[in-house]
Amino acid sequence: MTSSGTSGVQSQSPEEINPEQQIALEEYAEHDMPVHEAVLPVPDPGVEEHLPRLADVDKAAADRVERQVVTMYLLVPVMAVLFVLSYYLIPRTESIDFGPLHSSAKHVALGLTLGIGVLLIGLATQQWARQLMANNEVVEERHPAHSPADANEEALRQLNVGIDESGVPRRKMLIFSALGAVGILAAPALVLLTDLGPVAGPNYRRKTFETTLWKEGIRLVNDITYTPIKPEDLSIGQLLNGVPENLKELSGTEFNNAKAKCPIVVVRMNPADIKIPANRQDWQVSGILAYSKICTHVGCPISLWEQQTHHLLCPCHQSTFDLADSGRVLVGPAARALPQLPIKVNDEGYLVARSGFPVPVGPSFFERDSRHDLGQSQEYR
Amino acid sequence: MRLLSSRRRHPAAKALLLVAALFVIGAVYAAVAPTEQSAAEPNTSQQVTKGKELFSVNCSSCHGLNGEGTSQGPTLVGVGAAAVDFQVSTGRMPLAQPGQQAPIKPAVFTNDEIAALAAYVATLGPGPAIPDSSQYSTDGLSAEEIARGGELFRTNCSACHNFTGQGGALPEGRRAPSLVGVPNKHIYEAMLTGPQQMPVFSDQVLPSQNKREIIAYLNAIHSEPNHGGLELGGLGPVSEGMVGWAIGIGVLIGFAIWITARGARAR
Repeated sequence: MTSSGTSGVQSQSPEEINPEQQIALEEYAEHDMPVHEAVLPVPDPGVEEHLPRLADVDKAAADRVERQVVTMYLLVPVMAVLFVLSYYLIPRTESIDFGPLHSSAKHVALGLTLGIGVLLIGLATQQWARQLMANNEVVEERHPAHSPADANEEALRQLNVGIDESGVPRRKMLIFSALGAVGILAAPALVLLTDLGPVAGPNYRRKTFETTLWKEGIRLVNDITYTPIKPEDLSIGQLLNGVPENLKELSGTEFNNAKAKCPIVVVRMNPADIKIPANRQDWQVSGILAYSKICTHVGCPISLWEQQTHHLLCPCHQSTFDLADSGRVLVGPAARALPQLPIKVNDEGYLVARSGFPVPVGPSFFERDSRHDLGQSQEYR
Repeated sequence: MRLLSSRRRHPAAKALLLVAALFVIGAVYAAVAPTEQSAAEPNTSQQVTKGKELFSVNCSSCHGLNGEGTSQGPTLVGVGAAAVDFQVSTGRMPLAQPGQQAPIKPAVFTNDEIAALAAYVATLGPGPAIPDSSQYSTDGLSAEEIARGGELFRTNCSACHNFTGQGGALPEGRRAPSLVGVPNKHIYEAMLTGPQQMPVFSDQVLPSQNKREIIAYLNAIHSEPNHGGLELGGLGPVSEGMVGWAIGIGVLIGFAIWITARGARAR
């Protein structure tokens, strides 16, 4: 175990000029520049001198390392036995408390025994490799990635022989019919792709994900309990998570598809504190406003509403909408204002929708009809 | 007396004499003047009178002498007795110092004093009354009703308070408090009055039956035994990820350093 034999690179003496330094010197001379030693590239220091470890020179030390490694390996079966014993012997109801940490005794024992066992294998192997296995530094030069030129020529020659022997150059129909036979198999595969669903053209989008259950006269009801709401039930600062009353008639997939789009948040604010644009004056009932609950970014349901700041915050990416200002975006990745649902009071005194949502609810997508949107900037900035 | 006569022309003598005279006049007036009568309405109960006294001393500097509100604090007209009971008995009020949010601390007043304050504030304007125990007691609720409480909680409350009521962060240093261990009455009052940034969930929209179901759901999930070891605050992937990255990867880096370290040499 000596260092000189296998080391591939000899260390250089400082006086020698290496090729990089030679290039630099020539460039400096070409441009008539003064040469200082400091600007020359640092000489290649070569591989560090190999120094023996304690276990390489001292037999007693090597024996000690061997004992350590063997002891660690021998502890692994002990851990395995303890694991099996704890599995059968510790009752499931037993628990241990480490301060505030309340744990099942069985799980702690299983985790500790198996974990320590695996750790011991790693530690022992690593100690063996670090202290006892040969540790000579070796330099492996890079090889060119391409094959030698004669191998390339030989491969090409064999390929041409193969093409010639197959008869293709003389009988062209063979290769054309073969390629046609394989190519036509794409047709069955493409037909199966239609099972992914209908093509989402403008008409299909308008009828499906750009529309919701809301239309004129549909009552606003509490989500979960479906109780209808009167304006006098809502006090200032109130938040209500609502759905259209006709959601109750649906079930299964239809229900889930509808509920992904139609939920609303209804809030009541002091009309003196909020900005209602002239064209939305009849969309609200004395400070009661209804907005889509689906974030315009990627469609998370939002109901984190701060009653004093009037901000509605999306829990997914922190888009913040100002419900006191037409639901416009204050901060966050959402680009479009939260769609507002126009509401009114019907003859029986219940809150109902004045119409459906004037713009599509939910997340943005490329072909979405965004002509009627209130953006982040526009007239409100 | 020699001291007095010899110092009577001292520059501070005039000022001291003036202070002494004012003190004497004040003391005499306090002894002689009639004690102040409270301008109580004929039918105002003793409790309200006591509440008004407590209010003037402890609350009026921010909320105004008649609870009309100032630049430092909101009006209390119409907040109702429930809001006072919630804010004062959880120690949020009186506020020790202005900040983003009133912190929870040990209550300053006794139950009688809180009742008196609540009774006084209730006279300022109509507002929700303190709920009685039949409204927030969860006795006798069926499993189905508790499950519905869970649905209602996840629909209305989980956005801020986390789906198991562990609480969560709000913008600008505010936070939704944890609901673990909060008494039923306080949860009910918070829903009823909407303290600080929390919206109101009035009894007309979320009837007391629904509120009881929500409270029962919280009590049910918070009484579940946890044998899973360290729950890391139950905040979900955030706390687990933090432990994984900070501790787990830290240990792995330690091993990586040990494996690649050069180690001791014989000379």
